[in-house]
Amino acid sequence: MSEQARKDTPEQAEFRAYCKNWLAENIPAKPPVRLPQSPLEIMTNEQLDYLCAWQKAAYDAGLVGCDYPVECGGGGKKDCQRIANQEMQSVATPFLPNVIGLGMAAPTVFFHGSDALKQKLLPKLLSGEEIWCQGFSEPGAGSDLASVQTFAQPKGDSWVINGHKVWTSLAHFASWMIILCRTDKSDKYKGLSYFVVPIKAALGKGVTVRPLIKITGETGFNEVIFEDLEIPDAYRLDEVGAGWKVAMTTLTHERGAGMLVTPASGGRDETERAPGAYGLLELAKECVRNGKPAAQDPIIRDKIMQLIIRQEGFKQAARRGRVPALTDHPMRIPLQGKLVMTEVMQDAAQVALEIEGMKGSLYLADKNAPQEGQWPLAYMNSFGMTIAAGTSEVQKNILGERVLGLPKSK
Amino acid sequence: MAQPKNFGFGDDEKMLRDSAKKFFADNFPTDRLHKLVAEDPDPNRMPESPWDKSLWQKIVELGWTAVAVPESAGGVGMSMVAVAALAEEVGRAAFPSPFIPTVNATFLLNSCSKFAKNSNTADQYLAHIVDGKAFSLIYLDQQGEMPAAANSGNSNTGNSTFNVSFAADKLNGVGYFVQDPMKVDFYIVLAANGTDTGLFVVAANAEGVSVELDAIVDITRDQGRVSFNNVTVTEENILCLTGGEAILAMAEPSMLVTIAADMCGAAEWQLQTTNEYAKMREQFGHPIGFFQAVKHPIVDMMVMIDQARSHVYNAACAIDCEPEHAEKYARMAKSAAADAGVYCSSRSVQLHGGIGFTWECYLHVYFKRQMHNSVLMGDATYQRARLAELMF
Repeated sequence: MSEQARKDTPEQAEFRAYCKNWLAENIPAKPPVRLPQSPLEIMTNEQLDYLCAWQKAAYDAGLVGCDYPVECGGGGKKDCQRIANQEMQSVATPFLPNVIGLGMAAPTVFFHGSDALKQKLLPKLLSGEEIWCQGFSEPGAGSDLASVQTFAQPKGDSWVINGHKVWTSLAHFASWMIILCRTDKSDKYKGLSYFVVPIKAALGKGVTVRPLIKITGETGFNEVIFEDLEIPDAYRLDEVGAGWKVAMTTLTHERGAGMLVTPASGGRDETERAPGAYGLLELAKECVRNGKPAAQDPIIRDKIMQLIIRQEGFKQAARRGRVPALTDHPMRIPLQGKLVMTEVMQDAAQVALEIEGMKGSLYLADKNAPQEGQWPLAYMNSFGMTIAAGTSEVQKNILGERVLGLPKSK
Repeated sequence: MAQPKNFGFGDDEKMLRDSAKKFFADNFPTDRLHKLVAEDPDPNRMPESPWDKSLWQKIVELGWTAVAVPESAGGVGMSMVAVAALAEEVGRAAFPSPFIPTVNATFLLNSCSKFAKNSNTADQYLAHIVDGKAFSLIYLDQQGEMPAAANSGNSNTGNSTFNVSFAADKLNGVGYFVQDPMKVDFYIVLAANGTDTGLFVVAANAEGVSVELDAIVDITRDQGRVSFNNVTVTEENILCLTGGEAILAMAEPSMLVTIAADMCGAAEWQLQTTNEYAKMREQFGHPIGFFQAVKHPIVDMMVMIDQARSHVYNAACAIDCEPEHAEKYARMAKSAAADAGVYCSSRSVQLHGGIGFTWECYLHVYFKRQMHNSVLMGDATYQRARLAELMF
């Protein structure tokens, strides 16, 4: 019995066995196209179709959304998503493409939406039939999220939205957007309200989606322009003026510290390379440095060990965070996760390029690139991780203020 | 064997940890510590460090010094996770005592009890620990290096020689960097025996044993070199006559985790003290913790502590439940704890500004203890070099 399985409740144990059996029969065939490193870099319909077919299959089997109530399209189980995730990540599964929907939109709609809205939106979100995106950041509102200016003007039973959202991952595929809008210019925080917007239906009718090309050359995120888009008041989440509170639900789940566990797959089989810092061990054996394998260079060895220790530390901290007797403040470890993991991934990619030396100059299309050129790509993409969802600097402010009680920085 | 999810940290371990925390808070607050050890700022002061023997006696009575002694030998017989929790509290209090050397000796005696031929001798000394006797280990050469054979994966140090040797029922030579030699009743000595090595227990007051103290930076402990001049060895002094280094190597992960746990507790004190100061001290019209140049390094201290502390419990749990991974995780733990301890020491002084640079501010006691702990049994880069041998 695995370590994870030891403390399963009877319901969880039965569900785990079910997941194992289903996965044994239903792991999809290798993709017909090269897949991106994460859902946020999905560029083509072929990539999306392959991944959506996987999400639909896993949803239909009950492995995605199992903790949501049945009337919302979920499985009506308790504390079982974690079990499904562990099983889906222990075998070679693709990742789930509707990542913004599952990780942020679904819990936000669930905790703040009307019953009618939950029943209308959540089933197709969980199944992946409708892709979601998130409209938070704006050209003038990045780290200082509460300064968003996209304005929702009341008009009878409707709202009229005008404004400009940026860094909107998956917007080019999305049916829906969760959006934070200003409804009162006189109060920074209480002047915010939160809506869901059917952007695909409104394309060319008040919504324009324009792809932004990233540092890597990949697309995946966008800017979205709203010009007099009218939406019904029924698409509002929570009260008018409660937008900041609702946004906190979104962000807490985004940082992995929310009440609902985000469905996640994306496992490996034994023939695939270890990810992150552990992957550097193989790379250092393959690459030559100063006439010897880089794995024999004491400084390279030290750098790799530092990263492995940090990556293992992340894993063990997450484990310790679930043992109340070994944690001082309930949010102390959960709120560190995003900061620690993204910084480790960035530093690991940087050390990988150092190990590769001149060969680190070779990119995706070069057949001589070590490990298919994944490390220069991973290094550049790592800045997406340390910037998105609250930069590392913002994460440190949050930790200092919420956990250590330091005065709020302006 | 797999590790339990909660590291095996249950109600008993929590109760032990909480009562230790309360004991030190009640009996040994930081101002008492400072009064006890920091009376004499003279950099050329006499090296012996004062300590509170009556508090040590209370700890003995509470059974904490026998926490790792098996129940079969009359001890408390708790897990490594419990030892780590206790060591964290000792570190948080920067408690001057032979606690850590005695616990480390316990691990070595436990290994002897399991693997050495003269296991009865080990059991007899374990019973002494239960009775409140304190122990320290002698195994380093004059460079502060472990003996070559204990460095199993490392062929570069094959030429190192033992400083203490056993021949004709006598011990002769000098052991270096012995921790708290003035506070203990017994030494456990790794000594050359022909081409092999043995482990011997010698009373600190035995004839032919003498201590010369090092003048060290840390004011919470003593350190010294112990000389053996024709010290008589009888059957009851012999733990083993062969394979001494291998037995030492078996106990090493537990010793590393104990020191790492002490460092985590001390680092948490440094974090909390610095954090409180950053909320209270005002400059430019704000508490200095308002400024991100101060706030962010304080957060970095916390993150490094939480990494190290998580490694400590993982390694302790591995020692209890997953011994095949014990060395790997213990080296990770000591590396992470040494890095965290050094960083927290540096930032605690820097972020306190001028007052942090003075003798009257309590920070220096922890600063010095952490610097000492960081090199004990090998610093962070040493641990990573050894870890790399296991990982590649």
